[in-house]
Amino acid sequence: MQITTSYIQDEALFRTRGQIVWAVLLGAVLVLFPIFGPGHWVYFCGLLAINIIATTGLNIITGYTGLLSLGHAAFMGVGAYTAALLAVHFNMPFYLTLPAAGALTALVGVAFGLPSLRIRGLYLVIATLAAQFILHFVFVEWDSLTKGDVGLVLEPARIFGITLNTERHMFFLVTPVAIVMLLFAHNLFRSRVGRAFVAIRERDLTAEVLGVHLVKYKLMSFAIGSFYAGVAGGLMAYFFRFVIPEQYGLLLSVFFLASVIVGGMGSTLGSILGALFMTILPEVLRLIVQLFGDTYGVDVTKVLVPLRETVFGLLIVLFLIFAPHGLVQIWERIRLAVATWPLKG
Amino acid sequence: MQIFLEYSALGIAAGGVYALIALGFVVIFKASQTFNFAMGEMMMVSAYVYFMCVVLMGWNWMVGLAVTIAVSVLIALVMERLILRPMLGRPIISLVMVTFGAGIMMRGIASIIWGSDTDQMPSFLSRDPVMLGELFIPGKTARAFAVAVAVVVGLVLYFRYSRAGVALRATAADQTTSFAMGINVHRIFAMTWVIAAISGAISGILMASINSLSPSLGLVALNVLAVVILGGMDSIGGVLVAGLIVGWLEAVTGYLLGSEWRDITPYIAALLVLLTRPHGLFGTKPIERI
Repeated sequence: MQITTSYIQDEALFRTRGQIVWAVLLGAVLVLFPIFGPGHWVYFCGLLAINIIATTGLNIITGYTGLLSLGHAAFMGVGAYTAALLAVHFNMPFYLTLPAAGALTALVGVAFGLPSLRIRGLYLVIATLAAQFILHFVFVEWDSLTKGDVGLVLEPARIFGITLNTERHMFFLVTPVAIVMLLFAHNLFRSRVGRAFVAIRERDLTAEVLGVHLVKYKLMSFAIGSFYAGVAGGLMAYFFRFVIPEQYGLLLSVFFLASVIVGGMGSTLGSILGALFMTILPEVLRLIVQLFGDTYGVDVTKVLVPLRETVFGLLIVLFLIFAPHGLVQIWERIRLAVATWPLKG
Repeated sequence: MQIFLEYSALGIAAGGVYALIALGFVVIFKASQTFNFAMGEMMMVSAYVYFMCVVLMGWNWMVGLAVTIAVSVLIALVMERLILRPMLGRPIISLVMVTFGAGIMMRGIASIIWGSDTDQMPSFLSRDPVMLGELFIPGKTARAFAVAVAVVVGLVLYFRYSRAGVALRATAADQTTSFAMGINVHRIFAMTWVIAAISGAISGILMASINSLSPSLGLVALNVLAVVILGGMDSIGGVLVAGLIVGWLEAVTGYLLGSEWRDITPYIAALLVLLTRPHGLFGTKPIERI
């Protein structure tokens, strides 16, 4: 364990030389893997990176600031539609559509968050639930813009004359964005703003007495989290190359809520672990169902969605009761036990 | 005008069931400051239990109703004991998330057991339409309204006059003091869940017989949650009125704008109320001592 002698050391991004070595190694793997790794694994990791961005966004809102959002998927949908529409109608490149997607989603988030965040209490839950249903309604019904249930189809993203149309190309688009956004989130909580968020989570009245402007910072947190959702949604539009309302339903909101809780609320590593766990989980469930489906003659497609719901719900309940700090807590315990072995229990 | 009035009457009649569901939310909220996001799924499971008793077993509807209420009370007690009790003292946001998780889980399990297709519920309510002067109201809706109102009145009287009801209100007012005065606060919490289960069971059966039965029946409760905001979360009277208002709004917007608007009406109404009267139409502004 590293013992620090100053606050600057304490707050540094990389606290030990080992961490720098690991970071360099990770960087090398992230460059080499998409070139040499098997295609479906590269695809999976691209999806994972998008989920990490979205989970980080919800973690800022829920894990760090203590506000509950049940509309995260709908906000991703706003981002996806923004990016897709700008790309289709104005032929804009992704490095313009993605920030636009984030910005517009943040605005929509503020519009929904403003009435409920003015007052203390759980009102944001209802407002975000309203956002989930109202935005979904807009996606389906605003036919002239969103093409309703048929959805939108995108051209692949392009940069420097290269068309990003394979999963390997997509990986190189998605991963840098994810890394930048993770670093931003991590740095946010080393700043005054981030600490204000945490203060609000711990006790909003105390935070207010200490001079934290509650409405301003709650709104800021919600806007930043929605920005993340918007960018993740935009990336998802380029990743699947189509946008339909069904993708952004309540179940996806539950998915991200589960990711945050399973990974660990209020932790950057938690967002990564949670997204990793939750992205693998549906695949594992599919394998299990297929395995048993063949022997017992169960209709795989009929069981898979309800099974997913059941497991998502079960994970939320079990982690909240038995491991409220998520996988991060479990990981830290293991790491500490290994580091201090055999001196401590 | 005639049609408008008919839709209005229909909406208010449907609002009666909303009021009953809302009552289930408010009771739990009053005691433990938590939204019970599993309320809709409690309704849905009850409706399925009733369906099994009456259709698959062929029992009399009264027996079915008794069994259904017993089963839903049991489920609520198990949930309270296994899921909510260990979470006491945690941040309220965690309590909300845990009920939400439990609800999602129940919906998943229900779709695995009973399939995600819709079933038609045989109704114990007569189909004969009720004529209110010139107004024509479908029989099921009108009778469901009558049942809902009867249950609501019964429960409200129970809160007002029974010993347990007074204890519940004391707990809502001040948990610590009521604990010190010898009120078993844990039992009160359990009791609120029992009451929510009863109102959930009855409203679930009513909802399923008016519309149809599917695992997504519980989503109605999310609309009703918006109603609860509308009325002000700590006001039972306000919530009942809000239930009727939202039923009316849904029917009227459905008539004027098309049925796809119905489902988002309660949310738009709730957002507007949050914007203008943050503590609900009838709620009280909380005063906090630091």
